[in-house]
Amino acid sequence: MSDRTLRIAGLVVLIGFAVLVPFVFGPYRVGQFTLVAAYAVAALGLNLLVGYNGQISLGHGAFFALGAYTAALLIEKANLPYLLTVPLAGVLAFAVGYVFGVPALRLRGLYLALVTLALAVATPQLIKRFDGLTEGTQGMTVEQPESPGWLPLADDQFLYLLTLVVAAIMFALAWSLMRSQVGRAVQAVRDEEIPASTLGVDLASTKTRVFALSAGYAGVAGALYVFAIGFVAPEAFTVTISLAFLAAIVVGGLATIVGAVFGALFIEFVPVYASDVNDALTGVIYGGVLILAMFLLPGGVAGLLRRIRELVARRPAEEEVRRPAVATEGRGVPAGKT
Amino acid sequence: MERFIQVIVDGIATGSIYAALALALVLIFRSTGIVNFAQGEMAMFSTFIAWGLYAGGVPLGLAVLTTLVLSFVAGMAIERGLIRHFEGGEVLTLVIVTLGLFILLNSLAGWIWGFGNRSFPSLFGDSTFDVGGVQLTWESIGIVGVLLAVVGLLFLLFQRTKIGLAMRAAALNPESSGLVGVRVGRMLMLGWGLAAALGALAGVLVAPRLFLDVNLMGSVLIYAFAAAALGGFDSAIGAVVGGWVIGVTENLAGTYVDFIGADLKILVPLAIIFVVLLVRPTGLFGTREVARV
Amino acid sequence: MTRSGKLVWLAVLMIAALVAASCGREDDEGGGDPGITDDEIKIGGSYPFSGPASAYRSIAEGAKAQFELVNAQGGIDGRKINFITLDDAYEPPKAVQNARRLIQEEQVFALFNTLGTPNNVAIWDYVNEQEVPHLYVATGASLWGANPKKHPWTIGWQPDYVSEAQAYVDYLEKEQPGAKVAVLYQNDAFGKDLLGGFEEAIKGTDIEIVAEESYEVTDPTVSSQMAKLADSDADTFLNITTPKFGAQAIAAAHKLDWDVLHIVNNVSASKLLVLEPAGLDASQGLISTAYYKDPASGEWDDDSAMKEYKSAMRKYSRGNPEDPFCIFGWGAAQTLVEALKNMEEPTRQALMDSVRNMDIRVPILLPGIRVKTSGMEDGYPIEATQIQRFEGENWQLVGEVIQAPH
Repeated sequence: MSDRTLRIAGLVVLIGFAVLVPFVFGPYRVGQFTLVAAYAVAALGLNLLVGYNGQISLGHGAFFALGAYTAALLIEKANLPYLLTVPLAGVLAFAVGYVFGVPALRLRGLYLALVTLALAVATPQLIKRFDGLTEGTQGMTVEQPESPGWLPLADDQFLYLLTLVVAAIMFALAWSLMRSQVGRAVQAVRDEEIPASTLGVDLASTKTRVFALSAGYAGVAGALYVFAIGFVAPEAFTVTISLAFLAAIVVGGLATIVGAVFGALFIEFVPVYASDVNDALTGVIYGGVLILAMFLLPGGVAGLLRRIRELVARRPAEEEVRRPAVATEGRGVPAGKT
Repeated sequence: MERFIQVIVDGIATGSIYAALALALVLIFRSTGIVNFAQGEMAMFSTFIAWGLYAGGVPLGLAVLTTLVLSFVAGMAIERGLIRHFEGGEVLTLVIVTLGLFILLNSLAGWIWGFGNRSFPSLFGDSTFDVGGVQLTWESIGIVGVLLAVVGLLFLLFQRTKIGLAMRAAALNPESSGLVGVRVGRMLMLGWGLAAALGALAGVLVAPRLFLDVNLMGSVLIYAFAAAALGGFDSAIGAVVGGWVIGVTENLAGTYVDFIGADLKILVPLAIIFVVLLVRPTGLFGTREVARV
Repeated sequence: MTRSGKLVWLAVLMIAALVAASCGREDDEGGGDPGITDDEIKIGGSYPFSGPASAYRSIAEGAKAQFELVNAQGGIDGRKINFITLDDAYEPPKAVQNARRLIQEEQVFALFNTLGTPNNVAIWDYVNEQEVPHLYVATGASLWGANPKKHPWTIGWQPDYVSEAQAYVDYLEKEQPGAKVAVLYQNDAFGKDLLGGFEEAIKGTDIEIVAEESYEVTDPTVSSQMAKLADSDADTFLNITTPKFGAQAIAAAHKLDWDVLHIVNNVSASKLLVLEPAGLDASQGLISTAYYKDPASGEWDDDSAMKEYKSAMRKYSRGNPEDPFCIFGWGAAQTLVEALKNMEEPTRQALMDSVRNMDIRVPILLPGIRVKTSGMEDGYPIEATQIQRFEGENWQLVGEVIQAPH
């Protein structure tokens, strides 16, 4: 049995489970899964940038926030139909990501990490600064989508399935993109930058576009988040969420499409379990589990699934992607320097 | 004019806070090539230990010294027991490990010592004095002195001792160094131990002013990161100068440029770094890297 | 059948098994109100046990101690209180999910003492829609009582920031007429609400704000803001901060020799968390308001309510009895206990009626301060505070209790 068959089977199970969720669980749990779907889209965007393109961003929460506030404002103040806000949030985040990317991507590794981290830190401040628009520290309640009368679905079920459909579209898009010529160029930039450029890949333009695309994904995720939670405030968009997205893609599996799903499940459910176990030691448990996950799953959950597939098929899995080697600048001390 | 000088002096005092932690970040980077997200929390944890000793009756100087030693040992243990496993692999995995360590230490400290804030005595006393209308504190001068002394000691260590040479070699090229007899593992442990001790020093230097609680270093970390980046991540003097530049420009902007205000003043140092890095991509004092094709 | 065909069937079977094994969705049950039985009352709370606001987890500790004490004494009409707390890390999306979980899964009788203005704004539409009592929210925003008809199930507890600001303005009009005020405030809902209240209250007086500086909770220090404020020509300093920054501001003012009338807001008035770290010598002459007894202040050592509180804290809680947030939680919990005792029926509506028609004395509040509500017009249970001045080693109450009804 081929690896391909196994992967299709796995995908069928995953999709089957995903579709059944709203009919099997109560509204609270379904709400959690809805949020997972939103986070998965953001994580996927980040993975395109970090896993596939070899760059780094510690600030994707900023684009997530941008998408969320765009959707919130369009729904509450411009009375736009909520569905329309999803692509609009994505496009705006794409544009801002592009504008940010042009200068930012002249930096590499650590310095890019720093600049994106600064963006994440500044996001709540910027939201508060423009409080005429954003309602600032009080936050803004947003009307959530309701199940249309002609569908026999409860509100939470409808919302979940809607989010699932949008997420599925985003995933399919990413998957087909990474398999195409463009995707190969993206990964070439990550793996062998100099040869790639000598072969005609426009490095700067590729990097900026990937950055913008990943920002766009985060923006779409932000809009989905607003549907799920119905409220935006600066406290929801601190550095924590940016770092959570990073943790999600590493736990899920860098440079994989499906990894984003597992990463999103991790960052949504593990903190809740950790605080259920002991509310005085939440962080100890969550941090510990995170470290343990790195020990046990060096390739993320997707890497683990790959191993399982190899065992079942009794042959090495398809060479999907090469191991990503994220560039860090100046490892150690270059010779002749204090 | 007095006011202007006061702003600069205050900026250097604040900048020294960032510089102190930045030194520890730089040391980790120089010895193991990664940014340790948990550096601040390790420093905070060490500061709590110092506080515990002091509150238990140990004289301040001895408490601090003991803490430095304990932190050194703990740093080595963390490298050997945790970080070693991930070295040479995917960098991001290690970054996430340090993130996990950050979360863990923060929560552990809270569980042990509670989440409220408390005072921490200053090694240099509390007094202030006036020089030509500008107010200075012995504490700030003391911190600056300690920072410069540490930079000097690090210079001596890395440039003038065999061990320092071995550490640099182990960081730059572990394989080759191992072949010529450098105990790479030992050097890495040493690097982490030193960085942990430096972090502890940073903690006891800044806690008197910032007050000690579990979030002591959380807000300082990004400034320290920025200071290290501005200075070029592999330069100790760069980290200190970077910290001062950030402290001073932030203060100047906050004082004289009204539309920036206190909420956005963090963007000022970052804008500066941005500009500096566009012109000098490896920071003010860093080394240019040449890539072999 | 081909191998891949078999595999697809396997997948289908797995899904079918999942469906069969899983618990289906439950319909809403009819019958009595959830969360209350003959032996138990379930109360739910969402607090920042982790994250930047983790210092406030002491509030939950104090509340828990009170509920444990009441349970040890037999409960309320034989019903023991089961206080379920969840962590929201001060993040609104987590608060929203906690509210859903408490109401839908845990089926609590009422939500109690949720912390943080944004978190409560995030959930109050949902909680009111579900017709669940949303009681004694742990924030001083004036929102909660401003329009009870819109959110009838929600009510605050502490004197709100606007009446606190009014108390300071009244004090200044008497003691420092024509005051020129420099303000340091935290740039969030709490800080802005207090500042807004102050700005509103000085309208029509000859008090003016001559300098204003804000800071973020994520800032390491407020030293540059303090330097700027000290450089102004103010004769009064209004310190709107949370404990860590309050301590920094007080220490900075002292170091800078900034000898003005220093008003510190109630949240940062704690001897344990603010004044002792800043230094008692730096804290002489500080003005604040109080509505509960400060457990770190020696003057209440012989007070029977304080003794009861401290012994229960030592017995039932890991928290520090001198932590002002603990006694705050304790007081709010006591109020809830009274409301539950005075319920005419074991229903949520009856609880709300009891909450909205109450006139009781909660012993850890200052003498002269009662918890009073009278129907839907009055959304503020505690509307009285008293000015206090720090002298020597303790806070000294000044003047009379100020009743500041809205």
